[in-house]
Amino acid sequence: MRELKLMKGNEAIAEAAIRAGVDGYFGYPITPQSEVMETLMAEKPWETTGMVVLQAESETASINMVYGGAGCGKRVMTSSSSPGVSLMQEGLTYLAGAELPCVVVNVVRGGPGLGTIQPAQSDYFQTVKGGGHGDYKLITLAPASVQEMADFVELSFDLAFKYRNPVMILSDGVIGQMMEKVELNEQKPRWTEDYINENYPWATTGKKANRAKNIITSVQLEASVQEEFNHKLQAKYRSVEENEVRFEEVMCDDAEYLIVAYGSSARICQKSIEIARAKGIKVGMLRPITLYPFPTEQLMKRAKQVKGMLSVEMSAGQMVEDVKLAVECSVPVEHFGRFGGSVHSPGEVVEALEQKLIGG
Amino acid sequence: MKEEIIIAGFGGQGVLSMGKILAYSGVMQDMEVSWMPAYGPEMRGGTANVTVILSDERISSPILHEYDTAIILNQQSMDKFEKDVKPGGTLIYDGNGITRHPERTDINIYRVDATAEAARMHAVKTFNMIVLGGYLQVKPVVEMENVVAGLKKSLPERHHHLIPMNEKAITRGGEVIKEVSMVK
Repeated sequence: MRELKLMKGNEAIAEAAIRAGVDGYFGYPITPQSEVMETLMAEKPWETTGMVVLQAESETASINMVYGGAGCGKRVMTSSSSPGVSLMQEGLTYLAGAELPCVVVNVVRGGPGLGTIQPAQSDYFQTVKGGGHGDYKLITLAPASVQEMADFVELSFDLAFKYRNPVMILSDGVIGQMMEKVELNEQKPRWTEDYINENYPWATTGKKANRAKNIITSVQLEASVQEEFNHKLQAKYRSVEENEVRFEEVMCDDAEYLIVAYGSSARICQKSIEIARAKGIKVGMLRPITLYPFPTEQLMKRAKQVKGMLSVEMSAGQMVEDVKLAVECSVPVEHFGRFGGSVHSPGEVVEALEQKLIGG
Repeated sequence: MKEEIIIAGFGGQGVLSMGKILAYSGVMQDMEVSWMPAYGPEMRGGTANVTVILSDERISSPILHEYDTAIILNQQSMDKFEKDVKPGGTLIYDGNGITRHPERTDINIYRVDATAEAARMHAVKTFNMIVLGGYLQVKPVVEMENVVAGLKKSLPERHHHLIPMNEKAITRGGEVIKEVSMVK
């Protein structure tokens, strides 16, 4: 029996992390995600599960503490919001280059620069296209409810350790700040040293006499070795793309138009669909749950059925590029979204649908 | 049943906590709920508002552009949200500090002078519970026993001794709310 609570998305992240048996959280406060660390500090998990919670001196420090913990095979995480996540980009590419599992939560706010503390989805490019340097990918999950904020913590750690890769939970100020009912899992124990040694033999848990050194690094100065390593990374990403695509479809069966939206925009668009359907417009929605890997195949499948697609995101138009690539321009694809901290209303989305796709 | 509510006023009036108690009451009644604050750099004296949705079914958008009920506690919020009440919907306001009273004729308008009543009761901090009581009188979306359970859930234990006073304020709100104009 899972426990039912009313809580903010940010609080759910913290509660879920404790209950998943996470070993460590390192972070630095920033609106709109400060409740993650506030909740962890209030819950004092170091007295119960032994989880370390530490306020670092900066986001740069946080992500490097994550690197250290992950190198030891510990389940460690950090969270921040857009400007703080920009500071973490060097650490993220090093984590990807060293093939270290970890979870990073970005509760996105409006940018660029210090921007605003209000919600946005304008860190899509940064998250799924890189942000740091080099050919790397972050597995990216986009929660659309407080329940998913909780559920995706454990899922993210599972994926991170399965692929030895950093996982990003890309949320935003709406999902972080809103309260909904959430069912929390029962407390799970933290991993023991034996469990880590047995299942993750790459981890630096202290060299025994009977095994070779484990070295955690992202540097290979020899170009041929680095190229070989990159081939290995790419093979891993192809496997992620093959096996980990997640999406949800809403009223797609008879849809003549398709909204593509993730996270809080997907919630808003669900209401837009109710309004549009009441007006006789047959519209459905595809909600990518993983932004990387992207549900490319399913979008192509729906492209054969619909007259056009509208990518709705709180940005000037980022995911829309991936939608266009997915459908290979076989149907018109338009973008709509308020940005810079403004949130579109369900009615505005319906107007955009009518003006950009149906009227056009 | 679905009720989409905006509660708007000054920071410090207890707008967000009133919304939280209402949302918790919905949870106690086994409803789906969402509580979405317009969070911002605003502090005491600035504006604050929260969208609360109570529903028997899964809630789609936590962000709305029109509301079944608007609970309005200052002039800025009147200017901003009077137009966003659905036709046939409900507007509840406290007359304190209101210089332009609501003008729409296609909605039901009620007035609950909670600021004055809280002062009379020598319990200014129960202002928001008087407003909540007024709202529940007009729209009994949750049972009183669930509101009390919601209060218990949302208040830290050290404040539980204040629950009877809050209950009294809720009851008083139900008594002092007045019809201003009804849709014909």
